[in-house]
Amino acid sequence: MATFRADYLSWGRVHRYVHDACAPAFIDNARSAMVGMLANGESMLPYGLGRSYGDSCLNDGQALLDTRLLDRFIAFDPSTGELECEAGVSLADILALVTTRPTHEPRWFLPVTPGTKFVTVGGAIANDVHGKSHHSTGCFGTHVLSLRLLRSDGIAIDCSPEQNVDLFRATLGGLGLTGLILSARLALTRVAGYWLETEDLRYDDLDAFFRLSEESHDEWQYTVAWVDCLARGRNLGRGVFSRARHCARIPLRSGAPFAPEPRLTMPFDAPGFLLNRHTVGAFNAFRWRRFPRQSKRQLRPFDAVLYPLDAIAHWNRLYGRRGFFQYQCVIPDTIARKGVQLLLERVAESGQSSFLAVLKIFGDVPSPGLLSFPLPGVTLALDLPNRGDATLALMKALDGIVDATGGRLYPAKDGRMSGAEFRRGFPQWKEHSRYVDPAFSSSFWRRVCEPPVAENNG
Amino acid sequence: MKRIVIFGATSAIAQALARGYAAEHARFFLIGRNAERVASVEADLAVRGAQAGATATADLTDMQGHAALIDQAKTELGAIDLVVVAHGTLADQTACTQDADLALREIAGNFLSHASILTHAANVLEAQGHGTIVVVGSVAGDRGRRVNYVYGSAKAGLGVFVEGLRHRLATRGVTVVLVKPGTIDTPMTAAFPKNGPLWSTPQRVAADIRAGIARGSAVVYTPWYWRWIMRLIRALPDAIFKRMSI
Repeated sequence: MATFRADYLSWGRVHRYVHDACAPAFIDNARSAMVGMLANGESMLPYGLGRSYGDSCLNDGQALLDTRLLDRFIAFDPSTGELECEAGVSLADILALVTTRPTHEPRWFLPVTPGTKFVTVGGAIANDVHGKSHHSTGCFGTHVLSLRLLRSDGIAIDCSPEQNVDLFRATLGGLGLTGLILSARLALTRVAGYWLETEDLRYDDLDAFFRLSEESHDEWQYTVAWVDCLARGRNLGRGVFSRARHCARIPLRSGAPFAPEPRLTMPFDAPGFLLNRHTVGAFNAFRWRRFPRQSKRQLRPFDAVLYPLDAIAHWNRLYGRRGFFQYQCVIPDTIARKGVQLLLERVAESGQSSFLAVLKIFGDVPSPGLLSFPLPGVTLALDLPNRGDATLALMKALDGIVDATGGRLYPAKDGRMSGAEFRRGFPQWKEHSRYVDPAFSSSFWRRVCEPPVAENNG
Repeated sequence: MKRIVIFGATSAIAQALARGYAAEHARFFLIGRNAERVASVEADLAVRGAQAGATATADLTDMQGHAALIDQAKTELGAIDLVVVAHGTLADQTACTQDADLALREIAGNFLSHASILTHAANVLEAQGHGTIVVVGSVAGDRGRRVNYVYGSAKAGLGVFVEGLRHRLATRGVTVVLVKPGTIDTPMTAAFPKNGPLWSTPQRVAADIRAGIARGSAVVYTPWYWRWIMRLIRALPDAIFKRMSI
């Protein structure tokens, strides 16, 4: 008999669902958990560290396979950087491993990392995540050598670019729907060191963003821009462009480049009024002015550069009990400049200022997964406090602009796009649905595939 | 380099503790019930830095096998610096109240088996003249409550056994630490929702155990506030206690 519980949330904390959850500690437990869920007549979905923002990691009224305890390494070869681990190992676990290896060994690092290290390998694969290095190293899935997938019929299937290729492609970015990823082999990348040479450049408008991105493409592995999204007119798109690259030097008086645990924690929900348009507006203006016009080159630990928000556990509680949305879209490169301008104008006009608005160029490294999100172009991500209808209306308006440019939205961040919007952005969805495990589903998938997918197993 | 024997090596707390020692290049003799699981823990510890050790598969409720396991550990490792006793069960309390056999099995799996293993291990460490024994108990042993008194009584018995063992070995160079975790997010507690403020993690428990060993603590409550919570619960007069559902 299933017991439903309300403590599994996604990062945006808008969707409050109940789940029958099970956290298998070993692979044999995972098999028996699946058998139990099938017997209860429930659909199931793997759940990692819950860093997806909307409902793609949730399965309302159904079952979750919590993979947190499948967190063992299997093998690591320090001469080639090949790492095999179970799917619940987090990127933080991998970083803790590689940064503490003996110093005479080559230095290995994640080839691709999102803006938080508290995601599981399984989640990184299922969302084919990208990060500040997309223009140079592509998506996470690009570096997956193989993976082992447990299907609900109890059969474990090895998938790779050579073996069961179609299922492999469907699983990279496949939103956890093709089965439970048990383990994966990853190709880590060799870096000069764990400190980064960084520059923060304050820039004045959208053209400057594109110029800086172009100029930084070859020499800087990590680039991203924070945008002051209240700025309008000729200031539209102004912000701070950050770029970084690994370097062999370390400062004279240096601590560890890495903190495996957050330093601070947000212990409770902030009151809903904390992040209002005035406080956020003031923060944005302050932040832009804080950066001097003349940039300075700095040497900083990778943790501070790549994961600034990881320093505060549960920072999502700052948005209060109602939670927040993240809106992330990509605009194809042929029309990127115009598309981003329209989006930013619309946001500024709405007055619904975003605490964190980020622009980033996607490169042309092909995305390996069938449903991978990135396209060559520009991606814009906005954190929007949940103010109900006003927020939904703004996002709906932004959808219209994304549609017109032929862009699309990132399922890992989404909790509200229409089914039509998803199916237009990802016409491959039909092909993907052929590989979806018949016993797997998610709230997201049911929402965007309605009416029910009749051709599911066809 | 530490030489470590772990009974119940696939438990969440044992794994978390072992990972810390693996990073310091310890050698392990790992004992668990399921060979495939023990092998996956061994591989994990090797990646994290452990030196090549050995494993054994055993049902630890089989008391006859304990002497051989300790002998094997001594042969594999040479000497033993640390013994961790972390196995255990948590049966459904309601079922235990209705089924005496089940209740006795729960007590055997959480106390008798430990008493047997600890007797063998203590003798080896006493003969060596050095070493540390860490035993995972529980706050459930501090006061009998209707929700878990069968499990709790086994842990209470274990507590007194370990207390006496510590007393016995105090002058023989062997330290004995009793760990009392509160509510920890492990497979053993998988059925309980964990949004309350008191839940903690095996990683936190492992760090507290390391700190307790370093300090020479007799009893390590983990997280620390459980010492005070249990002190309060013990102090409740029976007239009040029996009307509470804790």
